[in-house]
Amino acid sequence: MRKLTVALTLAATVMAAPVFGAEEGHTPERLSWSFAGPFGLFDRAQLQRGFKVYREVCSTCHSLKYVAFRNLAQPGGPGFSEAQARAIAAEYQITDGPDDSGEMFERPGRLSDHFPSPDANEQAARARFGGALPPDLSVIAKARSYESGLAIGLLDFFRQYQEHGVDYIHALLTGYEDPPAGVKLEATQAWNRYFPGNRIAMVPPLSDGQVEYTDGSPQTVDQYARDVAAFLAWAAEPHMEARKRIGFQVMIFLIVLAGLLYFTKKKVWADAHA
Amino acid sequence: MSGHGTFQPQNKALAWFERRLPVFGLLHSSFVAYPTPRNLNYWWTFGGILTVMLVVQIVTGIVLVMHFSPTAAGAFDSIEKIMRDVNYGWLLRYVHANGASMFFLAVYVHIFRGLYYGSYKEPREVLWILGVIIFLLMMATAFMGYVLPWGQMSFWAATVITNLFSAIPLVGNAIVTWLWGGYSVDEPTLQRFFALHYLLPFVIFGVVLLHVWALHVVGQNNPDGIDVKSNKDTVPFTPHATVKDSFGLICFFILFAWFVFYIPNYLGHSDNYIPANPLQTPAHIVPEWYFLPFYAILRAIPSKLGGVIAMFGSIALLVFVPWLDTSKVRSARYRPLYRQFFWILLLVCIGLGYLGAKPPEGGYVIAARILTAYYFIHFLVILPLLGYIEKPKPLPASISESVLKKHGGAPAAAGAVRSPDRNG
Repeated sequence: MRKLTVALTLAATVMAAPVFGAEEGHTPERLSWSFAGPFGLFDRAQLQRGFKVYREVCSTCHSLKYVAFRNLAQPGGPGFSEAQARAIAAEYQITDGPDDSGEMFERPGRLSDHFPSPDANEQAARARFGGALPPDLSVIAKARSYESGLAIGLLDFFRQYQEHGVDYIHALLTGYEDPPAGVKLEATQAWNRYFPGNRIAMVPPLSDGQVEYTDGSPQTVDQYARDVAAFLAWAAEPHMEARKRIGFQVMIFLIVLAGLLYFTKKKVWADAHA
Repeated sequence: MSGHGTFQPQNKALAWFERRLPVFGLLHSSFVAYPTPRNLNYWWTFGGILTVMLVVQIVTGIVLVMHFSPTAAGAFDSIEKIMRDVNYGWLLRYVHANGASMFFLAVYVHIFRGLYYGSYKEPREVLWILGVIIFLLMMATAFMGYVLPWGQMSFWAATVITNLFSAIPLVGNAIVTWLWGGYSVDEPTLQRFFALHYLLPFVIFGVVLLHVWALHVVGQNNPDGIDVKSNKDTVPFTPHATVKDSFGLICFFILFAWFVFYIPNYLGHSDNYIPANPLQTPAHIVPEWYFLPFYAILRAIPSKLGGVIAMFGSIALLVFVPWLDTSKVRSARYRPLYRQFFWILLLVCIGLGYLGAKPPEGGYVIAARILTAYYFIHFLVILPLLGYIEKPKPLPASISESVLKKHGGAPAAAGAVRSPDRNG
């Protein structure tokens, strides 16, 4: 047994050594999100504010192609009514066709349409942004993450923390700062504390007071970043609330079943050890 | 299969059928009357768990295929369509994706249980080798399945792993081109991986049947590693093993549900939600967690061909374990030295998994080399030598004696609760 203990200690030392490789970059701050945890739900007002930020700011460059207008009125989402979602859709012009004469045409959006992309194709977007491509934002909240190390990573299993992507989005949007002395940036570049390599082709998109909130929430970059990150969390995982609700029912069922099976097993095996 | 073929159907139609094809008798003798050692602990429930996981993967997979588009332009989109628009599509996909991880978790428990209790030893060599074949097929299936969503990690994992074959002298590059169906990983690769990902689970199913057949011929091993000597040593499969396996399975499902419903992306890599881009290599290409130890072995060897040989060798080695282990005693319970080396091996494998996730630089590489060397030394040197050096503890005369001794004649019910999980 003592040898085992020695082995365990040795292995633990090897595993815990943090000095092996060089990890760089800043770790985003973990925020408290309404939708985190086993019972976390989206804050409807926050999703609506975040949608406003997306629509007025982000959408000029970023597409949201997997999200349809009908999703805005879906349960577990921002909580727009169907009429509101229809009205939002109608504000967009959608290219449809070809019609009977073979021409493409423009028409107001419908519930079944997806959010139109700001550029016709990838090349058009790259041409507009000096070679950089603004990524589609539909699943961005799941497509970004950060390293937290072995111990915190294991802890995240127990506390069910999955909000790394939204933490990163908030950190990125609030992480602009002046480049260190001696660093020269291109005109289309900015310096961001949290962006890998720091040089980001997205110039600071948000400024205080830029988007008007009607519910009295602070009109600050920090609040905008939180709201749009929450909106993108929903866009990436529109069935999250249903998933957690069903998950709870499944858990209750499994735990009760496990209990019943445990006592059945005990009874069946009662004579097997005598 | 073995013995107990005393199934006599009362129903006349059933009896008529049974005289012509005794399939119910086969099922009865295999899963009802089948004698199972009475000292089995909960580590023995993982065989049943694995069977259920295979069925879960096949069923969810078939439904996912109904909505999936195996094209370079459509794969990523169709996955998002499944996640958003297919009824309970998110559930199907998360069960399937996390199901692969749970499948591997269970298979690793199953393999290490076999190593601890010497389940590979005479007369179970063929049973064990069939298991190694299933494990290899699982790895191929899981790898090709991971490519299908056509995200960044899918694409680059496919590139890295198929490129391994280029290490083969002379014909390497030709083989890689043949595997790809072109000069890079592209739509032909995706489509053949899709076809094979659909095929291989059924091959696995076939080998699983052989595995179960072989098991029922030679009988189960048990925590004491001694042969069944009389009826007193066994209990009928149903209800004893059935109810115990069911309880183990449901506990396993609680963990499974924890992943599926609350942290469905915990085991995945965020880069796989970025559509595949052949022009942009991710900063770190990492495989799924269950391949990490092998990935560490691959990268530990400085030469490409050497790394490939070491990686495949680390699995191929398992085939020879029945003959590399020279001890006459099966169970580590009665092998004081082997037991300690078993735990060291387990830690080494976990350590390799940790190193597989780290960039191949500095101290990580040195650590990976040491652990890789130890992995091979364990099987090639320690295991054969131990049989000669070690002095095993005395074995119990029979399974029933060992069970009774352990429970000290105490009221049976109390013992039944405590019996499992003490070892291993």
